[in-house]
Amino acid sequence: MRLMGMLSALVVVLFLGSLVIGPAGIGPAESLSALINGDGGPLTLVMREIRLPRALLAVMIGASLGLAGAAMQGYLRNPLAEPGLIGVSGSAAFGAVLAIHTGAAAAFALALPLTALLGAAVGVFVVMALAGPGGTSLSLILAGIAVSALAAALTSLVLNLSSNPFAANEIVFWMMGSLADRSMTHVWLALPFMIVGWLLLSRLGRGLDALTLGEDAAQAMGVRLGRLRLGLISGVTCVVGAGTAVAGAIGFVGLVVPHILRPLVGAHPSRLLWASALGGAAMVLAADIAARMILPSRDLKLGVVTALIGAPLFLHLILKLRRERI
Amino acid sequence: MSLLTLSKLSVTLQRRDVLRDVCFEIGSGELVGLIGPNGAGKTTLMRASLGLVPFSGQSSLASLPEAERAKHAAWMPQSREVAWPLSVQTVVMLGRIPYLSSMLAPSEEDHAAVEGALAQMDLVHMRDRAATRLSGGEQARVLIARAMAQQTPLLLADEPVAGLDPAHQIATMQSFKALTDVGKSCLVSLHDLGLAARHCTRLIMLGKGGLVADGPPSEVLTKARLAEVFGITAWYQTTDDGPVYQPLDVVK
Repeated sequence: MRLMGMLSALVVVLFLGSLVIGPAGIGPAESLSALINGDGGPLTLVMREIRLPRALLAVMIGASLGLAGAAMQGYLRNPLAEPGLIGVSGSAAFGAVLAIHTGAAAAFALALPLTALLGAAVGVFVVMALAGPGGTSLSLILAGIAVSALAAALTSLVLNLSSNPFAANEIVFWMMGSLADRSMTHVWLALPFMIVGWLLLSRLGRGLDALTLGEDAAQAMGVRLGRLRLGLISGVTCVVGAGTAVAGAIGFVGLVVPHILRPLVGAHPSRLLWASALGGAAMVLAADIAARMILPSRDLKLGVVTALIGAPLFLHLILKLRRERI
Repeated sequence: MSLLTLSKLSVTLQRRDVLRDVCFEIGSGELVGLIGPNGAGKTTLMRASLGLVPFSGQSSLASLPEAERAKHAAWMPQSREVAWPLSVQTVVMLGRIPYLSSMLAPSEEDHAAVEGALAQMDLVHMRDRAATRLSGGEQARVLIARAMAQQTPLLLADEPVAGLDPAHQIATMQSFKALTDVGKSCLVSLHDLGLAARHCTRLIMLGKGGLVADGPPSEVLTKARLAEVFGITAWYQTTDDGPVYQPLDVVK
Protein backbone atom coordinates (compact mmCIF):
# COMPACT_ATOMS: atom_id res chain seq x y z
CA MET A 1 0.00 0.00 0.00
CA ARG A 2 2.83 2.38 0.82
CA LEU A 3 4.43 1.50 -2.49
CA MET A 4 1.21 2.31 -4.36
CA GLY A 5 1.02 5.67 -2.56
CA MET A 6 4.59 6.51 -3.47
CA LEU A 7 4.11 5.48 -7.10
CA SER A 8 0.89 7.52 -7.34
CA ALA A 9 2.67 10.57 -5.91
CA LEU A 10 5.49 10.09 -8.42
CA VAL A 11 3.01 9.93 -11.30
CA VAL A 12 1.26 13.12 -10.10
CA VAL A 13 4.56 15.01 -9.78
CA LEU A 14 5.76 13.86 -13.22
CA PHE A 15 2.36 14.67 -14.74
CA LEU A 16 2.54 18.22 -13.42
CA GLY A 17 6.15 18.42 -14.56
CA SER A 18 5.15 17.28 -18.04
CA LEU A 19 2.50 20.04 -18.12
CA VAL A 20 4.77 22.90 -17.08
CA ILE A 21 7.97 21.99 -18.94
CA GLY A 22 8.20 23.29 -22.47
CA PRO A 23 10.04 25.52 -24.90
CA ALA A 24 7.80 28.53 -24.20
CA GLY A 25 9.60 29.19 -20.90
CA ILE A 26 6.58 30.18 -18.85
CA GLY A 27 6.45 29.80 -15.08
CA PRO A 28 4.70 26.72 -13.66
CA ALA A 29 2.05 28.68 -11.72
CA GLU A 30 1.18 30.73 -14.74
CA SER A 31 0.93 27.67 -17.02
CA LEU A 32 -1.30 25.76 -14.64
CA SER A 33 -3.62 28.69 -14.05
CA ALA A 34 -3.92 29.18 -17.84
CA LEU A 35 -4.80 25.49 -18.13
CA ILE A 36 -7.45 25.53 -15.42
CA ASN A 37 -8.96 28.99 -15.71
CA GLY A 38 -8.71 29.33 -19.46
CA ASP A 39 -8.37 32.97 -20.36
CA GLY A 40 -8.71 32.18 -24.06
CA GLY A 41 -5.20 33.45 -24.75
CA PRO A 42 -2.40 31.61 -26.59
CA LEU A 43 -1.08 30.14 -23.35
CA THR A 44 -4.37 28.40 -22.65
CA LEU A 45 -4.30 27.05 -26.17
CA VAL A 46 -0.77 25.71 -25.72
CA MET A 47 -1.67 24.12 -22.40
CA ARG A 48 -4.98 22.61 -23.48
CA GLU A 49 -4.21 21.59 -27.02
CA ILE A 50 -0.55 20.60 -26.86
CA ARG A 51 0.72 19.86 -23.38
CA LEU A 52 -2.39 18.35 -21.77
CA PRO A 53 -2.96 15.68 -24.46
CA ARG A 54 0.73 14.87 -24.43
CA ALA A 55 0.82 14.37 -20.66
CA LEU A 56 -2.47 12.45 -20.67
CA LEU A 57 -1.27 10.13 -23.43
CA ALA A 58 1.99 9.53 -21.56
CA VAL A 59 0.02 8.42 -18.50
CA MET A 60 -2.43 6.29 -20.50
CA ILE A 61 0.17 4.60 -22.66
CA GLY A 62 2.62 4.10 -19.81
CA ALA A 63 -0.04 2.57 -17.58
CA SER A 64 -1.20 0.34 -20.43
CA LEU A 65 2.27 -0.93 -21.22
CA GLY A 66 3.11 -1.55 -17.56
CA LEU A 67 -0.17 -3.36 -16.91
CA ALA A 68 0.05 -5.42 -20.10
CA GLY A 69 3.68 -6.31 -19.37
CA ALA A 70 2.87 -7.48 -15.84
CA ALA A 71 -0.08 -9.52 -17.13
CA MET A 72 1.98 -11.16 -19.89
CA GLN A 73 4.83 -12.01 -17.52
CA GLY A 74 2.36 -13.41 -15.01
CA TYR A 75 0.56 -15.50 -17.60
CA LEU A 76 3.68 -16.89 -19.23
CA ARG A 77 5.48 -17.16 -15.88
CA ASN A 78 8.50 -15.63 -17.54
CA PRO A 79 10.17 -12.34 -16.57
CA LEU A 80 11.29 -11.84 -20.18
CA ALA A 81 7.76 -11.67 -21.59
CA GLU A 82 6.53 -8.33 -22.88
CA PRO A 83 3.28 -6.98 -24.35
CA GLY A 84 4.55 -7.11 -27.94
CA LEU A 85 5.06 -10.87 -27.72
CA ILE A 86 1.59 -11.76 -29.01
CA GLY A 87 2.09 -9.74 -32.17
CA VAL A 88 -0.22 -6.82 -31.34
CA SER A 89 2.28 -3.97 -31.62
CA GLY A 90 3.86 -5.44 -34.74
CA SER A 91 0.58 -5.78 -36.60
CA ALA A 92 -0.66 -2.36 -35.37
CA ALA A 93 2.56 -0.80 -36.64
CA PHE A 94 2.08 -2.51 -39.99
CA GLY A 95 -1.44 -1.06 -40.26
CA ALA A 96 -0.09 2.42 -39.51
CA VAL A 97 2.74 2.03 -42.02
CA LEU A 98 0.23 1.08 -44.71
CA ALA A 99 -1.74 4.26 -43.92
CA ILE A 100 1.39 6.40 -44.31
CA HIS A 101 2.53 4.60 -47.44
CA THR A 102 -0.80 4.87 -49.26
CA GLY A 103 -1.12 8.53 -48.36
CA ALA A 104 -4.31 7.91 -46.40
CA ALA A 105 -2.67 9.35 -43.30
CA ALA A 106 -1.98 12.64 -45.08
CA ALA A 107 -5.49 12.84 -46.50
CA PHE A 108 -7.37 12.11 -43.29
CA ALA A 109 -5.83 12.69 -39.87
CA LEU A 110 -7.40 9.71 -38.10
CA ALA A 111 -6.65 7.25 -40.91
CA LEU A 112 -3.36 6.29 -39.27
CA PRO A 113 -4.62 5.37 -35.79
CA LEU A 114 -7.69 3.68 -37.24
CA THR A 115 -5.74 1.45 -39.64
CA ALA A 116 -3.32 0.70 -36.80
CA LEU A 117 -6.23 -0.47 -34.63
CA LEU A 118 -7.51 -2.55 -37.53
CA GLY A 119 -4.03 -4.04 -37.97
CA ALA A 120 -3.90 -4.96 -34.27
CA ALA A 121 -7.32 -6.62 -34.50
CA VAL A 122 -6.41 -8.63 -37.60
CA GLY A 123 -3.05 -9.65 -36.11
CA VAL A 124 -4.57 -10.87 -32.90
CA PHE A 125 -7.32 -12.70 -34.75
CA VAL A 126 -4.66 -14.64 -36.65
CA VAL A 127 -2.78 -15.31 -33.40
CA MET A 128 -5.90 -16.70 -31.75
CA ALA A 129 -6.74 -18.84 -34.77
CA LEU A 130 -3.20 -20.22 -34.85
CA ALA A 131 -2.97 -20.81 -31.10
CA GLY A 132 -6.21 -22.78 -31.05
CA PRO A 133 -8.84 -23.01 -28.35
CA GLY A 134 -6.68 -24.94 -25.83
CA GLY A 135 -5.22 -23.28 -22.78
CA THR A 136 -1.49 -23.83 -23.13
CA SER A 137 0.81 -20.83 -23.21
CA LEU A 138 3.41 -22.33 -25.55
CA SER A 139 1.12 -22.34 -28.59
CA LEU A 140 0.27 -18.69 -27.86
CA ILE A 141 3.95 -17.66 -27.80
CA LEU A 142 4.69 -19.50 -31.02
CA ALA A 143 1.68 -17.98 -32.80
CA GLY A 144 2.65 -14.52 -31.49
CA ILE A 145 6.21 -14.87 -32.73
CA ALA A 146 4.97 -16.02 -36.14
CA VAL A 147 2.58 -13.06 -36.50
CA SER A 148 5.18 -10.56 -35.22
CA ALA A 149 7.70 -11.85 -37.73
CA LEU A 150 5.18 -11.68 -40.56
CA ALA A 151 4.13 -8.13 -39.63
CA ALA A 152 7.78 -7.06 -39.46
CA ALA A 153 8.46 -8.65 -42.85
CA LEU A 154 5.47 -6.90 -44.42
CA THR A 155 6.53 -3.57 -42.88
CA SER A 156 9.99 -4.03 -44.37
CA LEU A 157 8.39 -4.88 -47.70
CA VAL A 158 6.43 -1.62 -47.68
CA LEU A 159 9.60 0.33 -46.83
CA ASN A 160 11.47 -1.57 -49.54
CA LEU A 161 8.90 -0.76 -52.20
CA SER A 162 8.36 2.81 -51.06
CA SER A 163 9.20 4.99 -54.06
CA ASN A 164 8.76 8.17 -52.07
CA PRO A 165 11.73 8.88 -49.78
CA PHE A 166 9.66 11.27 -47.65
CA ALA A 167 7.08 8.59 -46.95
CA ALA A 168 9.86 6.14 -46.08
CA ASN A 169 11.38 8.71 -43.76
CA GLU A 170 8.03 9.36 -42.12
CA ILE A 171 7.46 5.64 -41.63
CA VAL A 172 10.84 5.19 -39.96
CA PHE A 173 10.27 8.16 -37.66
CA TRP A 174 6.73 7.07 -36.83
CA MET A 175 7.92 3.61 -35.85
CA MET A 176 10.27 5.06 -33.27
CA GLY A 177 7.28 6.14 -31.20
CA SER A 178 6.53 9.66 -30.09
CA LEU A 179 3.99 11.78 -28.24
CA ALA A 180 4.81 15.01 -30.04
CA ASP A 181 2.00 16.93 -31.73
CA ARG A 182 -0.80 14.68 -30.49
CA SER A 183 -4.20 16.25 -29.84
CA MET A 184 -7.14 15.54 -27.57
CA THR A 185 -8.67 13.65 -30.52
CA HIS A 186 -5.96 11.04 -30.05
CA VAL A 187 -6.77 10.88 -26.34
CA TRP A 188 -10.47 10.34 -27.02
CA LEU A 189 -9.71 7.76 -29.70
CA ALA A 190 -7.45 5.64 -27.49
CA LEU A 191 -9.23 6.05 -24.16
CA PRO A 192 -12.31 3.82 -24.73
CA PHE A 193 -10.16 0.91 -25.94
CA MET A 194 -7.76 1.38 -23.08
CA ILE A 195 -10.51 1.48 -20.44
CA VAL A 196 -11.93 -1.78 -21.78
CA GLY A 197 -8.42 -3.28 -21.80
CA TRP A 198 -7.66 -2.09 -18.26
CA LEU A 199 -10.89 -3.64 -17.01
CA LEU A 200 -10.16 -6.95 -18.76
CA LEU A 201 -6.57 -7.09 -17.47
CA SER A 202 -7.47 -6.04 -13.94
CA ARG A 203 -9.74 -9.08 -13.63
CA LEU A 204 -6.88 -11.50 -14.28
CA GLY A 205 -5.15 -11.11 -10.89
CA ARG A 206 -6.60 -14.17 -9.19
CA GLY A 207 -5.90 -16.44 -12.15
CA LEU A 208 -2.34 -15.13 -12.50
CA ASP A 209 -1.72 -15.79 -8.81
CA ALA A 210 -2.94 -19.36 -9.23
CA LEU A 211 -0.77 -19.84 -12.32
CA THR A 212 2.30 -19.34 -10.12
CA LEU A 213 1.91 -23.03 -9.30
CA GLY A 214 1.62 -24.11 -12.94
CA GLU A 215 -1.27 -24.65 -15.32
CA ASP A 216 -2.34 -27.97 -13.82
CA ALA A 217 -2.56 -26.69 -10.26
CA ALA A 218 -4.27 -23.48 -11.34
CA GLN A 219 -6.90 -25.41 -13.25
CA ALA A 220 -7.51 -27.66 -10.26
CA MET A 221 -8.07 -24.52 -8.16
CA GLY A 222 -10.99 -23.59 -10.39
CA VAL A 223 -9.20 -21.24 -12.78
CA ARG A 224 -10.52 -21.52 -16.33
CA LEU A 225 -7.38 -21.29 -18.40
CA GLY A 226 -9.17 -20.75 -21.72
CA ARG A 227 -11.08 -17.82 -20.32
CA LEU A 228 -8.00 -16.40 -18.64
CA ARG A 229 -6.11 -16.51 -21.92
CA LEU A 230 -8.97 -14.90 -23.82
CA GLY A 231 -9.13 -12.09 -21.24
CA LEU A 232 -5.38 -11.60 -21.45
CA ILE A 233 -5.24 -11.50 -25.25
CA SER A 234 -8.23 -9.17 -25.60
CA GLY A 235 -6.97 -6.90 -22.83
CA VAL A 236 -3.44 -6.66 -24.21
CA THR A 237 -4.80 -6.09 -27.71
CA CYS A 238 -7.03 -3.23 -26.55
CA VAL A 239 -4.38 -1.37 -24.57
CA VAL A 240 -1.31 -2.04 -26.72
CA GLY A 241 -3.20 -1.71 -30.01
CA ALA A 242 -4.66 1.65 -28.96
CA GLY A 243 -1.31 2.82 -27.58
CA THR A 244 0.61 1.86 -30.73
CA ALA A 245 -2.09 3.45 -32.87
CA VAL A 246 -1.69 6.89 -31.31
CA ALA A 247 2.01 6.92 -30.38
CA GLY A 248 3.86 4.26 -32.36
CA ALA A 249 5.83 1.42 -30.84
CA ILE A 250 7.33 2.29 -27.45
CA GLY A 251 9.54 -0.52 -26.28
CA PHE A 252 11.04 -1.72 -23.00
CA VAL A 253 8.39 -0.15 -20.71
CA GLY A 254 6.31 -3.34 -20.50
CA LEU A 255 9.44 -5.41 -20.01
CA VAL A 256 11.43 -3.38 -17.52
CA VAL A 257 8.76 -1.87 -15.24
CA PRO A 258 7.27 -5.16 -13.96
CA HIS A 259 10.79 -6.46 -13.52
CA ILE A 260 11.85 -3.52 -11.34
CA LEU A 261 8.69 -3.55 -9.23
CA ARG A 262 8.42 -7.32 -8.72
CA PRO A 263 10.65 -7.48 -5.62
CA LEU A 264 8.79 -4.51 -4.13
CA VAL A 265 5.42 -6.30 -4.16
CA GLY A 266 6.77 -9.61 -2.84
CA ALA A 267 6.61 -11.06 -6.39
CA HIS A 268 2.83 -11.26 -6.10
CA PRO A 269 1.43 -11.37 -9.68
CA SER A 270 -1.88 -9.68 -8.83
CA ARG A 271 -0.30 -6.90 -6.78
CA LEU A 272 2.21 -6.36 -9.56
CA LEU A 273 -0.54 -5.50 -12.06
CA TRP A 274 -1.50 -2.12 -10.62
CA ALA A 275 1.96 -1.28 -9.35
CA SER A 276 3.26 -1.80 -12.90
CA ALA A 277 0.49 0.38 -14.32
CA LEU A 278 1.61 3.26 -12.09
CA GLY A 279 5.28 2.50 -12.70
CA GLY A 280 4.74 2.42 -16.46
CA ALA A 281 2.96 5.77 -16.36
CA ALA A 282 5.85 7.26 -14.37
CA MET A 283 8.46 5.84 -16.74
CA VAL A 284 6.78 7.13 -19.92
CA LEU A 285 6.14 10.56 -18.36
CA ALA A 286 9.78 10.78 -17.28
CA ALA A 287 11.06 9.57 -20.66
CA ASP A 288 8.86 12.06 -22.50
CA ILE A 289 10.10 14.92 -20.30
CA ALA A 290 13.66 13.78 -20.95
CA ALA A 291 13.00 13.60 -24.70
CA ARG A 292 11.89 17.24 -24.62
CA MET A 293 14.65 18.53 -22.34
CA ILE A 294 17.77 16.79 -23.65
CA LEU A 295 17.55 17.97 -27.27
CA PRO A 296 14.71 20.49 -27.42
CA SER A 297 15.46 21.47 -31.00
CA ARG A 298 15.86 17.98 -32.50
CA ASP A 299 12.55 16.20 -31.75
CA LEU A 300 14.10 13.25 -29.93
CA LYS A 301 11.71 10.28 -30.21
CA LEU A 302 10.13 8.85 -27.08
CA GLY A 303 10.69 5.24 -28.17
CA VAL A 304 14.40 5.96 -28.54
CA VAL A 305 14.59 7.40 -25.01
CA THR A 306 12.70 4.48 -23.41
CA ALA A 307 15.03 2.07 -25.19
CA LEU A 308 18.08 4.04 -24.10
CA ILE A 309 16.86 4.00 -20.48
CA GLY A 310 15.42 0.51 -20.64
CA ALA A 311 18.25 -1.46 -22.17
CA PRO A 312 20.94 -0.57 -19.58
CA LEU A 313 18.40 -1.02 -16.79
CA PHE A 314 17.61 -4.44 -18.14
CA LEU A 315 21.28 -5.33 -18.36
CA HIS A 316 21.70 -4.27 -14.75
CA LEU A 317 18.81 -6.52 -13.73
CA ILE A 318 20.27 -9.46 -15.62
CA LEU A 319 23.62 -8.99 -13.88
CA LYS A 320 21.86 -8.79 -10.51
CA LEU A 321 19.92 -11.96 -11.29
CA ARG A 322 23.14 -13.71 -12.26
CA ARG A 323 24.78 -12.78 -8.97
CA GLU A 324 21.77 -14.09 -7.04
CA ARG A 325 21.70 -17.42 -8.84
CA ILE A 326 25.29 -18.28 -8.00
CA MET B 1 -20.08 -41.11 1.83
CA SER B 2 -18.29 -41.35 -1.48
CA LEU B 3 -15.75 -38.62 -2.17
CA LEU B 4 -14.66 -39.90 -5.56
CA THR B 5 -16.34 -42.40 -7.84
CA LEU B 6 -14.74 -43.55 -11.06
CA SER B 7 -16.58 -45.90 -13.34
CA LYS B 8 -15.20 -47.31 -16.57
CA LEU B 9 -12.67 -44.51 -16.78
CA SER B 10 -10.53 -44.86 -19.91
CA VAL B 11 -7.91 -42.50 -21.28
CA THR B 12 -6.41 -42.58 -24.73
CA LEU B 13 -3.52 -40.20 -25.34
CA GLN B 14 -2.14 -39.92 -28.85
CA ARG B 15 -3.86 -43.15 -29.90
CA ARG B 16 -2.26 -45.07 -27.07
CA ASP B 17 -4.51 -46.64 -24.47
CA VAL B 18 -3.12 -45.32 -21.21
CA LEU B 19 -5.93 -46.53 -18.98
CA ARG B 20 -8.81 -48.89 -19.63
CA ASP B 21 -12.03 -49.27 -17.66
CA VAL B 22 -10.81 -48.21 -14.23
CA CYS B 23 -13.51 -48.39 -11.57
CA PHE B 24 -13.20 -47.58 -7.89
CA GLU B 25 -14.72 -45.50 -5.18
CA ILE B 26 -13.07 -43.58 -2.35
CA GLY B 27 -15.11 -43.08 0.79
CA SER B 28 -14.34 -40.77 3.70
CA GLY B 29 -11.43 -41.40 6.07
CA GLU B 30 -9.27 -43.33 3.63
CA LEU B 31 -5.57 -42.91 2.88
CA VAL B 32 -5.28 -44.54 -0.51
CA GLY B 33 -1.88 -45.25 -2.02
CA LEU B 34 -1.74 -45.39 -5.79
CA ILE B 35 1.11 -47.67 -6.81
CA GLY B 36 2.45 -49.00 -10.07
CA PRO B 37 5.63 -49.01 -12.15
CA ASN B 38 6.70 -46.02 -14.27
CA GLY B 39 4.27 -45.40 -17.08
CA ALA B 40 1.47 -47.41 -15.49
CA GLY B 41 -0.80 -44.36 -15.67
CA LYS B 42 -0.84 -43.11 -12.05
CA THR B 43 -0.56 -39.44 -12.95
CA THR B 44 -2.97 -39.80 -15.85
CA LEU B 45 -5.50 -41.49 -13.60
CA MET B 46 -5.41 -38.64 -11.11
CA ARG B 47 -5.49 -35.92 -13.76
CA ALA B 48 -8.36 -37.62 -15.58
CA SER B 49 -10.37 -38.02 -12.39
CA LEU B 50 -10.01 -34.24 -11.90
CA GLY B 51 -11.03 -33.62 -15.50
CA LEU B 52 -7.64 -32.23 -16.52
CA VAL B 53 -7.22 -34.67 -19.41
CA PRO B 54 -9.94 -35.89 -21.78
CA PHE B 55 -11.32 -39.30 -20.85
CA SER B 56 -14.29 -41.56 -21.45
CA GLY B 57 -16.38 -43.01 -18.65
CA GLN B 58 -17.43 -41.32 -15.46
CA SER B 59 -15.65 -39.37 -12.75
CA SER B 60 -17.70 -37.78 -10.00
CA LEU B 61 -15.09 -35.01 -9.59
CA ALA B 62 -14.70 -34.11 -13.24
CA SER B 63 -18.46 -33.71 -13.60
CA LEU B 64 -18.51 -30.94 -10.96
CA PRO B 65 -18.31 -27.32 -12.13
CA GLU B 66 -14.75 -25.93 -11.82
CA ALA B 67 -15.38 -23.68 -8.81
CA GLU B 68 -17.25 -26.45 -6.99
CA ARG B 69 -14.58 -29.03 -7.73
CA ALA B 70 -11.88 -26.73 -6.33
CA LYS B 71 -13.69 -26.80 -2.98
CA HIS B 72 -14.08 -30.56 -3.12
CA ALA B 73 -10.62 -31.74 -4.16
CA ALA B 74 -7.11 -30.29 -3.93
CA TRP B 75 -4.43 -31.36 -6.40
CA MET B 76 -0.69 -31.38 -5.95
CA PRO B 77 0.93 -32.05 -9.34
CA GLN B 78 4.23 -33.86 -9.65
CA SER B 79 6.01 -30.88 -11.20
CA ARG B 80 7.08 -28.72 -8.27
CA GLU B 81 6.44 -25.42 -9.90
CA VAL B 82 6.71 -22.07 -8.12
CA ALA B 83 7.22 -19.45 -10.81
CA TRP B 84 7.95 -16.37 -8.68
CA PRO B 85 9.98 -15.84 -5.50
CA LEU B 86 6.88 -15.61 -3.30
CA SER B 87 7.26 -16.10 0.43
CA VAL B 88 6.40 -19.54 1.79
CA GLN B 89 3.26 -18.31 3.52
CA THR B 90 2.04 -16.55 0.37
CA VAL B 91 2.45 -19.75 -1.63
CA VAL B 92 0.43 -21.62 1.00
CA MET B 93 -2.19 -18.84 0.84
CA LEU B 94 -2.57 -19.57 -2.89
CA GLY B 95 -4.42 -22.69 -1.76
CA ARG B 96 -7.20 -20.39 -0.56
CA ILE B 97 -7.86 -19.06 -4.07
CA PRO B 98 -11.06 -21.10 -4.54
CA TYR B 99 -12.55 -19.24 -1.57
CA LEU B 100 -11.18 -15.78 -2.32
CA SER B 101 -12.33 -13.20 -4.80
CA SER B 102 -8.95 -11.52 -4.49
CA MET B 103 -5.69 -12.60 -2.90
CA LEU B 104 -5.44 -9.15 -1.34
CA ALA B 105 -8.17 -9.59 1.26
CA PRO B 106 -7.93 -12.95 3.02
CA SER B 107 -10.32 -13.52 5.93
CA GLU B 108 -9.59 -14.83 9.44
CA GLU B 109 -10.60 -18.28 8.25
CA ASP B 110 -8.11 -18.15 5.39
CA HIS B 111 -5.31 -17.12 7.74
CA ALA B 112 -6.24 -19.93 10.12
CA ALA B 113 -6.15 -22.48 7.29
CA VAL B 114 -2.70 -21.24 6.23
CA GLU B 115 -1.37 -21.29 9.81
CA GLY B 116 -2.65 -24.84 10.28
CA ALA B 117 -1.03 -26.06 7.07
CA LEU B 118 2.28 -24.33 7.88
CA ALA B 119 2.38 -25.95 11.30
CA GLN B 120 1.34 -29.34 9.92
CA MET B 121 4.20 -29.36 7.37
CA ASP B 122 6.82 -27.95 9.79
CA LEU B 123 7.24 -24.71 7.85
CA VAL B 124 6.53 -22.06 10.48
CA HIS B 125 10.19 -21.14 10.93
CA MET B 126 10.70 -20.55 7.19
CA ARG B 127 7.41 -18.79 6.47
CA ASP B 128 9.02 -15.57 5.23
CA ARG B 129 11.65 -17.16 3.01
CA ALA B 130 11.25 -17.08 -0.77
CA ALA B 131 9.84 -20.43 -1.85
CA THR B 132 12.10 -20.51 -4.91
CA ARG B 133 15.23 -20.44 -2.74
CA LEU B 134 14.31 -23.55 -0.75
CA SER B 135 15.69 -27.01 -1.40
CA GLY B 136 13.63 -29.43 -3.50
CA GLY B 137 12.34 -31.31 -0.46
CA GLU B 138 11.42 -28.10 1.35
CA GLN B 139 9.58 -26.88 -1.73
CA ALA B 140 7.64 -30.12 -1.86
CA ARG B 141 6.55 -29.56 1.75
CA VAL B 142 5.45 -26.02 0.89
CA LEU B 143 3.35 -27.35 -1.98
CA ILE B 144 1.82 -30.07 0.20
CA ALA B 145 0.94 -27.35 2.73
CA ARG B 146 -0.56 -25.32 -0.11
CA ALA B 147 -2.81 -28.25 -1.07
CA MET B 148 -3.76 -28.80 2.60
CA ALA B 149 -4.69 -25.13 2.98
CA GLN B 150 -7.34 -25.69 0.33
CA GLN B 151 -9.15 -27.69 3.08
CA THR B 152 -10.99 -30.01 0.75
CA PRO B 153 -12.62 -33.33 1.68
CA LEU B 154 -10.34 -35.04 -0.83
CA LEU B 155 -6.65 -34.44 -1.52
CA LEU B 156 -4.87 -35.85 -4.55
CA ALA B 157 -1.10 -35.72 -4.53
CA ASP B 158 1.29 -37.00 -7.19
CA GLU B 159 4.43 -38.41 -5.56
CA PRO B 160 4.35 -35.93 -2.71
CA VAL B 161 7.13 -37.57 -0.71
CA ALA B 162 9.65 -37.93 -3.55
CA GLY B 163 12.77 -35.99 -2.58
CA LEU B 164 11.91 -35.62 1.10
CA ASP B 165 14.26 -36.74 3.86
CA PRO B 166 13.15 -39.86 5.82
CA ALA B 167 11.82 -37.88 8.79
CA HIS B 168 9.72 -35.62 6.59
CA GLN B 169 8.56 -38.56 4.47
CA ILE B 170 7.15 -40.22 7.57
CA ALA B 171 5.83 -36.93 8.94
CA THR B 172 4.08 -36.20 5.65
CA MET B 173 2.41 -39.59 5.57
CA GLN B 174 1.34 -39.02 9.18
CA SER B 175 -0.09 -35.63 8.19
CA PHE B 176 -2.17 -37.32 5.51
CA LYS B 177 -3.24 -39.86 8.11
CA ALA B 178 -4.27 -37.00 10.41
CA LEU B 179 -6.52 -35.69 7.64
CA THR B 180 -8.24 -39.06 7.38
CA ASP B 181 -8.89 -39.01 11.12
CA VAL B 182 -11.28 -36.09 10.61
CA GLY B 183 -13.11 -37.83 7.79
CA LYS B 184 -11.13 -36.50 4.84
CA SER B 185 -9.46 -38.76 2.30
CA CYS B 186 -6.23 -38.71 0.35
CA LEU B 187 -5.25 -40.36 -2.90
CA VAL B 188 -1.46 -40.38 -3.04
CA SER B 189 0.75 -41.89 -5.71
CA LEU B 190 3.88 -43.46 -4.26
CA HIS B 191 6.96 -45.29 -5.44
CA ASP B 192 8.13 -46.18 -1.96
CA LEU B 193 6.19 -49.38 -1.33
CA GLY B 194 7.51 -49.49 2.23
CA LEU B 195 5.82 -46.20 3.06
CA ALA B 196 2.73 -47.31 1.16
CA ALA B 197 2.47 -50.56 3.07
CA ARG B 198 3.03 -48.90 6.43
CA HIS B 199 0.82 -45.83 6.22
CA CYS B 200 -1.92 -46.39 3.66
CA THR B 201 -5.25 -47.89 4.65
CA ARG B 202 -5.76 -49.10 1.13
CA LEU B 203 -3.66 -49.58 -1.99
CA ILE B 204 -4.69 -49.35 -5.63
CA MET B 205 -2.22 -51.04 -7.95
CA LEU B 206 -2.04 -50.05 -11.59
CA GLY B 207 -0.27 -52.00 -14.29
CA LYS B 208 -0.48 -52.54 -18.03
CA GLY B 209 -3.07 -49.81 -18.50
CA GLY B 210 -5.57 -50.97 -15.96
CA LEU B 211 -6.39 -51.62 -12.37
CA VAL B 212 -4.62 -54.74 -11.12
CA ALA B 213 -5.61 -54.83 -7.47
CA ASP B 214 -7.49 -52.78 -4.93
CA GLY B 215 -7.60 -53.48 -1.20
CA PRO B 216 -5.70 -53.37 2.10
CA PRO B 217 -1.87 -53.37 1.66
CA SER B 218 -1.44 -56.93 2.91
CA GLU B 219 -3.86 -58.24 0.26
CA VAL B 220 -2.53 -56.15 -2.60
CA LEU B 221 1.20 -56.68 -2.11
CA THR B 222 1.30 -60.41 -2.85
CA LYS B 223 4.40 -62.12 -4.17
CA ALA B 224 2.75 -63.02 -7.46
CA ARG B 225 1.59 -59.46 -8.18
CA LEU B 226 4.91 -57.92 -7.23
CA ALA B 227 6.68 -60.28 -9.61
CA GLU B 228 4.20 -59.73 -12.40
CA VAL B 229 3.60 -55.97 -12.16
CA PHE B 230 6.84 -54.62 -10.68
CA GLY B 231 9.19 -57.46 -11.55
CA ILE B 232 10.61 -57.66 -8.03
CA THR B 233 10.68 -59.94 -5.04
CA ALA B 234 10.16 -58.51 -1.56
CA TRP B 235 9.97 -59.33 2.09
CA TYR B 236 6.68 -58.40 3.71
CA GLN B 237 5.79 -59.07 7.31
CA THR B 238 3.44 -57.75 9.92
CA THR B 239 5.66 -57.13 12.94
CA ASP B 240 5.12 -55.72 16.42
CA ASP B 241 6.07 -52.33 14.94
CA GLY B 242 3.45 -52.59 12.23
CA PRO B 243 3.77 -53.85 8.66
CA VAL B 244 7.29 -53.84 7.22
CA TYR B 245 8.02 -54.17 3.58
CA GLN B 246 11.40 -54.41 1.96
CA PRO B 247 12.03 -54.94 -1.78
CA LEU B 248 14.77 -57.51 -2.28
CA ASP B 249 15.64 -58.31 -5.86
CA VAL B 250 14.67 -57.97 -9.50
CA VAL B 251 12.93 -60.96 -11.00
CA LYS B 252 15.14 -62.25 -13.80
